[in-house]
Amino acid sequence: MIRSRSIFALVLLVLGLPVGLDAEELRGTGDLGIVVERASGSLQIVDTSARRSLGRVEGLGDLSHASAVFSPDQRFAYVFGRDGGLTKVDLLTRSIAKRIVQAGNSIGGAISDDGLLIAVSNYEPGGVRVFDAATLEPVADIPADYGPSGARSKTVGLVDAPGRRFVFTLYDGGEIWIADFSGGDAPQVTKHRDIGALPYDALITGDGRHYIAGLFGEDGLAHLDLWAEPPKVERILDGYGRGEEKLPVYKMPHLEGWARAGDRFILPAVGRHELLALDAASLQEHGRVQVHGQPVFAVARPDGRQVWVNFAHPRNDTVQVVDVPSLEVIHAFEPGPAVLHLEFTPRGHEVWISVRDADKVEVYDTRTFEKLAELPMAKPSGIFFAARAQRLGL
Amino acid sequence: MAKSLSWLPALSVIAFVAWSAAAVADGAPSPERQAALAYLVRQDCGSCHGMTLKGGLGRPLLPDALAGAEAEALAEVILDGIPGTPMPPWRGQLSEAEALWIARALKQGTIE
Repeated sequence: MIRSRSIFALVLLVLGLPVGLDAEELRGTGDLGIVVERASGSLQIVDTSARRSLGRVEGLGDLSHASAVFSPDQRFAYVFGRDGGLTKVDLLTRSIAKRIVQAGNSIGGAISDDGLLIAVSNYEPGGVRVFDAATLEPVADIPADYGPSGARSKTVGLVDAPGRRFVFTLYDGGEIWIADFSGGDAPQVTKHRDIGALPYDALITGDGRHYIAGLFGEDGLAHLDLWAEPPKVERILDGYGRGEEKLPVYKMPHLEGWARAGDRFILPAVGRHELLALDAASLQEHGRVQVHGQPVFAVARPDGRQVWVNFAHPRNDTVQVVDVPSLEVIHAFEPGPAVLHLEFTPRGHEVWISVRDADKVEVYDTRTFEKLAELPMAKPSGIFFAARAQRLGL
Repeated sequence: MAKSLSWLPALSVIAFVAWSAAAVADGAPSPERQAALAYLVRQDCGSCHGMTLKGGLGRPLLPDALAGAEAEALAEVILDGIPGTPMPPWRGQLSEAEALWIARALKQGTIE
């Protein structure tokens, strides 16, 4: 069966027809997504409406900590592997359209607002490399040199910003850089120095205004207001740990995904069993939520009414749901060992949760909390839906 | 000497009891525990050091990278962390014998 199907695919290929779909299967990709199977270097392409897997794509290298962005037409996923691999995956044909290994050690990437540039954040060699989204040919290389000796920093928190810009942070250097490609393929780079010690991740708000870097080495966050003229970095939530010794951190929190929830931002505190709530206008602390463990992802349901949280080792079998208006934990459950990631459907009616050590992804109704489906996956980690294509900073 | 030797059988019993208890709490990891430790290293240490241990936000943990360090010193780093960096202390979750087993396995490149 598989064999006859691949022969059929070969015939289609010879005829120049797209492999993997025929007229009956003609479809859009707006409700598709990918689930990263990190240990086996593969993805599963999933249909979120049918809550099922459409098939597997293999050969993507080391996918530990892998993430993805999507082309504006939502047909292609660009998958960023740990090993420097950048793989362009066709969701329709469920195949690799193009793959390069662009560095030795990488951490995520971004797509420009016009969909023409793919930027990748690299640990080794430290810096950001930019590629043509169609061909993956190199466009620009931005080494993250800092300090008088020109040491090279690992880069983190790479996002797209309006105006064909990328913003990223130097982990070792403690700087935030803006690379502006609005004038062409040679970027204008603006550097904000001394933003704080060991910024470990960053995010940009959906309106493209606020870029916020979490600091591991200090008790606060660095905030860059991209609407300010000129953009300028300020410290926010300074001293949120109130000088208390933080707990050992067994997994760095992620900031991407924390989002505006109504008039608040909710984000994970580092080394504390807490979420921090910020007033979205003043960026002052609004309140805190005591949670089950050290939060890793605190992701707002797209309507902003709820925030779903997973936790670091050894408390990573649990998910909690926070009601944003009351800042109360309203639901908690244990999907299984090693809950790594969660992704909402674009309108938030369902959420997909990867449970690595149970080798499955679970789908839940976000109102009744009822489990709707379970999909077998090999050591699943990141879940990324194609609707991200239409959202800035994802 | 003779007197101390006469204690030997009793000591052996005590030692055996202690060893059995240690095998559970603090001794050389059992094969099952070794498998669990290797999994922890790949999956959880791997979130900073890379699942293939070639480094990430944290340093590489491959044999070449660790060649200059003694296993005992590495075990201390595992147990006590490195203050001022994200490397956390694992004491409380790992025994000293387990940390040493991990350090040696990392240096030998035998973490499966």
